[in-house]
Amino acid sequence: MRSTLSVLNFLGTLLALFALVFLVPLAVALLYEERAVIGFAAGGAATAALGLLLRLGTRRYHGELKPRDGYLLVTLIWLSFAALGSVPLLIDLPGLGFTDAYFEAMSGVTTTGATVLSGLDLLPRSVVLWRHVLSWVGGMGVIVLAVAVLPLLGIGGMQIHRAETPGPIKDFKLAPRIAKTARLLWLVYALLTAACFVALWGAGMGPFDALCHALSTLSLGAFSTHDANIAWFDSPLIEFILALFMLVAAMNFTTHFLALRRGDLKLYARDPEARWLLAWILASVVGVSVDVWLSGSYPDFFTTLRRVGFQLVSVATGGGFVAANYARWPAFASMWMLLLSCLCASTGSTGGGIKMFRSLVLIKQSLREMFTLVHPQAVLPLKIAGTVVPNRVVYAVLAFIFLYFAAIMALTFALLLSGMDVVSAFTAVVACINNVGPGLGSVGPDRSYAALTDFQTWMCTLAMFVGRVEIITFFVLFTPTFWRK
Amino acid sequence: MKILILGAGQVGRTAAFHLAREPANEVTVVDTDEELLRDLQDRLDIRAVAGNASYPGVLESAGIADTEVLVALTSSDEVNIVACQIAHALYRTPTKIARIRSSEYTSREQLFSEGALAVDVWINPEQLVTEHIARLLSYPGALQVVEFADGRVTLVGLRARPEGLLVGKELRTLREHLPDTDARVAAIYRDGRLIPLGGDTVIAAEDEIFFVAAADDLRRVMAELRRSDDPVRRLVIAGGGNIGFRLARTLEKSNQVKLIERDPRRARRISEVLESAIVLQGDAADEELLIEENIDSADVFAALTNSEEANVLSAMLAKRLGARRVMALVNRPSYGELMENRSIDIVLSPQTITIGSLLQHVRRGDVVRVHSLRRGAAEAMEAVVHGSRERSRVAGRRVEEIVLPDGASIVAIVRGEQVVMAHHDTLIEGEDHVIVFLADRRHVEAVERLFQAET
Repeated sequence: MRSTLSVLNFLGTLLALFALVFLVPLAVALLYEERAVIGFAAGGAATAALGLLLRLGTRRYHGELKPRDGYLLVTLIWLSFAALGSVPLLIDLPGLGFTDAYFEAMSGVTTTGATVLSGLDLLPRSVVLWRHVLSWVGGMGVIVLAVAVLPLLGIGGMQIHRAETPGPIKDFKLAPRIAKTARLLWLVYALLTAACFVALWGAGMGPFDALCHALSTLSLGAFSTHDANIAWFDSPLIEFILALFMLVAAMNFTTHFLALRRGDLKLYARDPEARWLLAWILASVVGVSVDVWLSGSYPDFFTTLRRVGFQLVSVATGGGFVAANYARWPAFASMWMLLLSCLCASTGSTGGGIKMFRSLVLIKQSLREMFTLVHPQAVLPLKIAGTVVPNRVVYAVLAFIFLYFAAIMALTFALLLSGMDVVSAFTAVVACINNVGPGLGSVGPDRSYAALTDFQTWMCTLAMFVGRVEIITFFVLFTPTFWRK
Repeated sequence: MKILILGAGQVGRTAAFHLAREPANEVTVVDTDEELLRDLQDRLDIRAVAGNASYPGVLESAGIADTEVLVALTSSDEVNIVACQIAHALYRTPTKIARIRSSEYTSREQLFSEGALAVDVWINPEQLVTEHIARLLSYPGALQVVEFADGRVTLVGLRARPEGLLVGKELRTLREHLPDTDARVAAIYRDGRLIPLGGDTVIAAEDEIFFVAAADDLRRVMAELRRSDDPVRRLVIAGGGNIGFRLARTLEKSNQVKLIERDPRRARRISEVLESAIVLQGDAADEELLIEENIDSADVFAALTNSEEANVLSAMLAKRLGARRVMALVNRPSYGELMENRSIDIVLSPQTITIGSLLQHVRRGDVVRVHSLRRGAAEAMEAVVHGSRERSRVAGRRVEEIVLPDGASIVAIVRGEQVVMAHHDTLIEGEDHVIVFLADRRHVEAVERLFQAET
């Protein structure tokens, strides 16, 4: 109980800080003299009040958190941020129910980018901006979660990335304290966002659109300000910039930091995850382009390459911008892109899914098993970029991947039970758990999640949430041992 | 020459043995193990001092004050370095040689070149043995491959086979067979005995032949003496000790390497460092393991464990199971003579391989390289000629004019970049590097004296 109260105390502090974020759309609402001022004022006030209440009410329990408190804290952060983030949507968008508002906010803070809203071009600017801000804040959370919290807890083999583990990325922990590391990485995150903003603005976007898209590109949330999404701009340059920054966001921010500080681009070549990410994406773009071109969806190969290049990067990294209705492409192309979204993003990036590190462990472990059949007495340590991955990490990765697929199966069956068709159910779950956004079928790139029943919406919300907190973090709360004194 | 050897381990004992049998040397050995020293003293004419090799007091009682060459060969790199440092600081010992195994030290050249460490020369026996094996593997068929003058001249020992084109022919036909190749036969052993050489000497199958040639011509000459062996591709190493591990790391990129190591922990450790070599945990004498790992398609099986008996047995087993060529690391010279050319193709003697690099520093005259051959019975050395016709017994003379002891012959001359095969009328000049083959190493001193310029 005592440690639970310490968690609430810390959560109170975070909520009080989160309340400050409400000032951004509030300012925009005031600037454009929108009615939405009320929603943001109310939401901000509620967040601040709840935060202070928690903080003061549990101030006697203010203190150091133990690593195992992380599971509860991470879960509560995402659940409460989504709940409070949905308040302005509820107030400012009459007709939007709590289920949909919560879904939209969760989609933001988990950087998924799935939406139930339409008529974006007509919504108040502040409300449009709010989704992007939520997504950007979610990205900040993910970075810290990935480089500081998950390694500490050792979720799904991530202990390999702890500071004391010699590895391909030796100075993984940049500063001795989590808080310092987080600040450095947020600085990189903010700088890259600013760079993206300037590039988009220069490429012809309006400043408001450029800001919104920059916020949701680096967080890989990939909300758009238009119903037509990126297709609205119809600009190869903008697509190129977005694709480039999505790739950047799908790489480890620690690598970005080190590369920036040392001015040495070779660090990317030494980061096995970045290397494989680029290799897989490059090979897939070529392969999928040929497939789509042969299907005759586009008049010439160059157009096909442009469409596939952008769309594949967008889905595979876990972004989810849409510039072409890829639901009309051959099934191979769209399913392959979704598969990549499970595997590609790096540890310590804002992308979702299994992560490249675990994909590599999985592949190498499979090869190792086969090799052992031929050479039963061979001693074969599993190595990634020349560094040995201890067996207990391999086991943790295997358990993680099993739970990941089990979660996909369970949620897909839940959606099938509710009467959804197979393609929509499966792709909705995959797109949500990998924090991509659009799926196929009734949740495809040309549709939204608005048509879902409340039960289906909640299942998708759950998928986004468990995917973001790396599944085990949430499920461990349901084990009796966790609560036993 | 007064020589002080620190450490009576395998390398130390061999060094003592080789140095003490040259009458001009006074050898003292220091070790902590008194029993070992007593045993050594019974067999060799040396002085022995028991104690810690890096303590000044012990060094003093071992006569460091007038020692000319200090050879630190204890098993600890640090003791060896400290001993050299102390010898330098307190006694100004002229030549200090240390065995340093760890590449942590040897890879930092400034440590030695800038005098930070008072070690004039470092030797690493394991590295020398590894290089030796790697050289043998790159010339399949050779029994011994040693280099002179920075690799410009190579001396190769091999056994002639009936299929060789030169076999059954007179030596003088070598030139007709290989018109644009410069090579010279240095010695021929028939049934283990040296036979006198002349232009009409006929090469017979099973002769053990030593010849010199420029490195580029080696393969062509070898092909005349035995059918050309296929290059080594698949290599199985038994023993993941320092030598086996180094060899695997050197060759894993160019060859398919399998390494068998018995100790699970050691196997794990080396498998973490090796990239493409396959590490197998098991016993190298386990027939099933060898069969399972396709020993019958292995080009070379090299048994390099610490136990020579295990090496001999596992190499014999591998040969029987179908390995094309097998080598075994064997310390005892008598074992080597027993096994070589019977069931084991090449017997590797770490001492023979290592001792040359020690000997070259204790020789008088300007001897720059010494290689021990035929398990220490013969020797080849590279000496620099100094002075003029008046001051030297070599310079300014034709090869036939130089009086050499029995069984010794001048085989090649390196003049700057140029390599000249020695003929009876070749003129030797000052600053030439002369390569001398000594069939009987008892004549070493006579040869040394020959190359000393009179002052």
